[in-house]
Amino acid sequence: MALADQTMRAAIAATRFGLGARPGEIALTRRDPQGFLRSQIRREGADLPPGTPATSAQRLNEFRDYQRDRRAAKVEKTVDAPPQGVATMAARDPVNLAGRMLRQDLAADFSGRIALAATTDAAFRERWALFWANHFTVSASKAITATVVGPFEDEAIRPHVFGRFEDLLAAAETHPAMLTYLDQVQSIGPDSPAALFLKTGGPRGVGARPQPATQRTVGLNENLAREILELHTVGVSAGYTQADVTEFARAMTGLSIGGPRDESYGAPLFRAQAHEPGERTVMGVRYAPGGRAQASAILSDLAARPQTARFICGKIARHFVADDPPPALVGRLDAAWTSSRGDLARVAEALIAAPEAWEPKAAKFKTPYEFIVSSYRAADASPMAFDRLAPILTGLGQKPFSAPSPKGWPDDAQSWAAADAIVKRMQFAQGFSGAALRDRDPRTLAVEALGERLSAETAKAIARAESRAEGFALLLMSPEFQRR
Amino acid sequence: MNALAPNPLVAPSRRRLLTTAAGFGLSLQLLAVPALAADGDLNRRKMIVVICRGGMDGLSVAPPVGDPDYPSLRGGLAIGEVALPLDATFGLHPQLSAVHALAQAGEARIVPAVATPDRARSHFEAQDVLETGAAGVYTTTSGWLNRAVETLSTHRKVDALSVGPTAPLILRGKVQTGSWSPGRAVDTEARLPLLLLDLYRNDLLLGPALARGLATETMAKDATAGLGAAPSPGAGKAGGQQGREAAHALGSALAGFMREPGGPSVAALSLDGFDSHANQAGLLNARLAYLDAVLDGVHTGLGPEWRNTVVVVATEFGRTARANGTGGTDHGTASTALILGGGLRPGGIIGDWPTLKSSALYENRDLAPTLDMRGLFKGVLAGHMGVDHMALDRVVFPNSGATKPVTGLV
Repeated sequence: MALADQTMRAAIAATRFGLGARPGEIALTRRDPQGFLRSQIRREGADLPPGTPATSAQRLNEFRDYQRDRRAAKVEKTVDAPPQGVATMAARDPVNLAGRMLRQDLAADFSGRIALAATTDAAFRERWALFWANHFTVSASKAITATVVGPFEDEAIRPHVFGRFEDLLAAAETHPAMLTYLDQVQSIGPDSPAALFLKTGGPRGVGARPQPATQRTVGLNENLAREILELHTVGVSAGYTQADVTEFARAMTGLSIGGPRDESYGAPLFRAQAHEPGERTVMGVRYAPGGRAQASAILSDLAARPQTARFICGKIARHFVADDPPPALVGRLDAAWTSSRGDLARVAEALIAAPEAWEPKAAKFKTPYEFIVSSYRAADASPMAFDRLAPILTGLGQKPFSAPSPKGWPDDAQSWAAADAIVKRMQFAQGFSGAALRDRDPRTLAVEALGERLSAETAKAIARAESRAEGFALLLMSPEFQRR
Repeated sequence: MNALAPNPLVAPSRRRLLTTAAGFGLSLQLLAVPALAADGDLNRRKMIVVICRGGMDGLSVAPPVGDPDYPSLRGGLAIGEVALPLDATFGLHPQLSAVHALAQAGEARIVPAVATPDRARSHFEAQDVLETGAAGVYTTTSGWLNRAVETLSTHRKVDALSVGPTAPLILRGKVQTGSWSPGRAVDTEARLPLLLLDLYRNDLLLGPALARGLATETMAKDATAGLGAAPSPGAGKAGGQQGREAAHALGSALAGFMREPGGPSVAALSLDGFDSHANQAGLLNARLAYLDAVLDGVHTGLGPEWRNTVVVVATEFGRTARANGTGGTDHGTASTALILGGGLRPGGIIGDWPTLKSSALYENRDLAPTLDMRGLFKGVLAGHMGVDHMALDRVVFPNSGATKPVTGLV
């Protein structure tokens, strides 16, 4: 591998490890690119986005009220149907107002997050946080979860991204956003006191409301248990079986959130009555009966397994360096993880120190979010309003906070470089360049954005552009700006 | 297409055909006549694969209302009298009314117990196997539909299109395929696209992709004419009437592209959101209504070309035979596929029905597969698209000689 010189390293630090260079960033980084990145690692975790943060419990309370009003409105409607097509009435309707408020919450959360990304001086720290948020995906594709995706990142992810993986894992898996997204809240041990009580016809103690008698089967939901094994810890090739998934799901029963009859609605809660009694065996390890402690013990053991280190270090290398990362790099990260027992600050340092991560050839193709954030940074612009931004990201395939599955957003060029996606990136670049460039010279901005990575071909194309906006659009769409 | 990358500044289709031919060492003279007389019919043949991601519950798509064990296994999730009747054993989900009308006309059939070779019950592993067509997981990075197009391209001009902003694995590979999703119209004659094509001339990822995207855009105006407002991005998830209309428009747009002269004859479309661990009834009502509207849009949009088209709807795995404890079902094994088309040979179910007797369940948990998904795909590729058997066994579905194509579909 050719060792990049210092100027190339400065460009790589800002564009590959960070979120794209803002004017002046590469110059600032040049003295010590690795030190610039290392200085962003801190025990207290990632930054919190600006704005007034709401807690998950507050949001879930809003959501409960919204649902209650909606149900009430439905009943009213069937009794006395109002005249159709009266838009002003609909706008004043408290249910519509509440629905709009929920959407505004999500918009505010996302706007704060992208504003942080567009303006932060510690963009490696932010990319590191975004990696973990995607690793532990929760998605607004589910209505109840949509209200808490932002709070989830603030409460469960950002504080722990430079701490121990075990703590990050525990925070993520027991957060209300994850418990609702992967259906854990309703899972009941089939032989638990709650299940036996329900089977003998007692009132429901867990669900938000009584369900029709035909749906009153109670028991396990193995969704979260399976995805923890497959996606969050050891990975699908670790050799666990269906029996391991089921046993883990039994151990997790009881992990829930407060319902309407509980003291604090929406707060994490352990329902001892719903916990499946007895000893469990997961991946060959036996766990004594122990209520909540049983699931905690299993999570701790999963966090410590060598397969977990290997699987996640592979993902980190893939995210930062190449879709098919050098095995030596994965090995270095794995060694740092193992020797520090999952200290994520040590893993981040190992990544910065790894020579493979500084290969001058940029192998990673930006995701739509990364492309747009780096465009803002290159132009030193503030993100546009959510109502304009959301359709653009959706059109590019990355609807805000709405990953298509628990696996999160794809992290490879083949997923994002579809023919249509390139055309739509070009359309964004055209529109954005006209609006964001003001009177600046795109030739200067190109040097500021890419430094040593700017190719002679791109510089020439920008210089020949017939307008400044066209030159800036060429920069944003250039092969080297599309990659990192 | 890597080493065979076309120069994007040359009209893509003919240039690619010739480059591909040269790459395979075939006679250019033979290919100069793109359609041999005997292929006249084959040239019109079209194939669409719809992937329903998340593990679509086959026992709700085509509820086995006549199977005595169905009601007790599914409890409140069993679909009883409201099922749209097919035969003594099966019905269709009440939201699948367009599919049902086609089935009544002999233009839709169900494949009630089909599965990929993968048994891990992981979405992502199973989707990998479903889309790569490999016997094992993570062994190849190209999709079987791309390799099928590559194979066919040595005989005739075959273009492929995916609908949606991201490229599904099933259509990734050596052949640069098109993709389209709703959005603003592009001025393909403007300066910026041409400047970018020039800037991308040595970029094997961006060059062919942009050239292909622009080629699709030149077709988009005609293809989506008459649809009214273009479906907006993201409307795909909307529920109710708005969602149905968006879905119908999406299907019609795809059909519009396929009817264009020189348009794609192979297409892939993927729908998310079928993972019904909880609230399965409500979730599937919405998702299957959406699927039905897409299929209805494709059917009506294709018009006279419907008789030349086969649509396959497939998912990565089915779900547990029993309802779980939360009004849903967990990851299972066999599921239901649908096959539709104007040229379909009418008939009953495709593959055997293993029944839901507890002794027949796979690992005492899931509906047992009676048919390998690859056999279904092979049957369509061989019988309808004219892919040769040797290529199917070795290239399109590697090492799959033991899995025979389903015959008698068309």
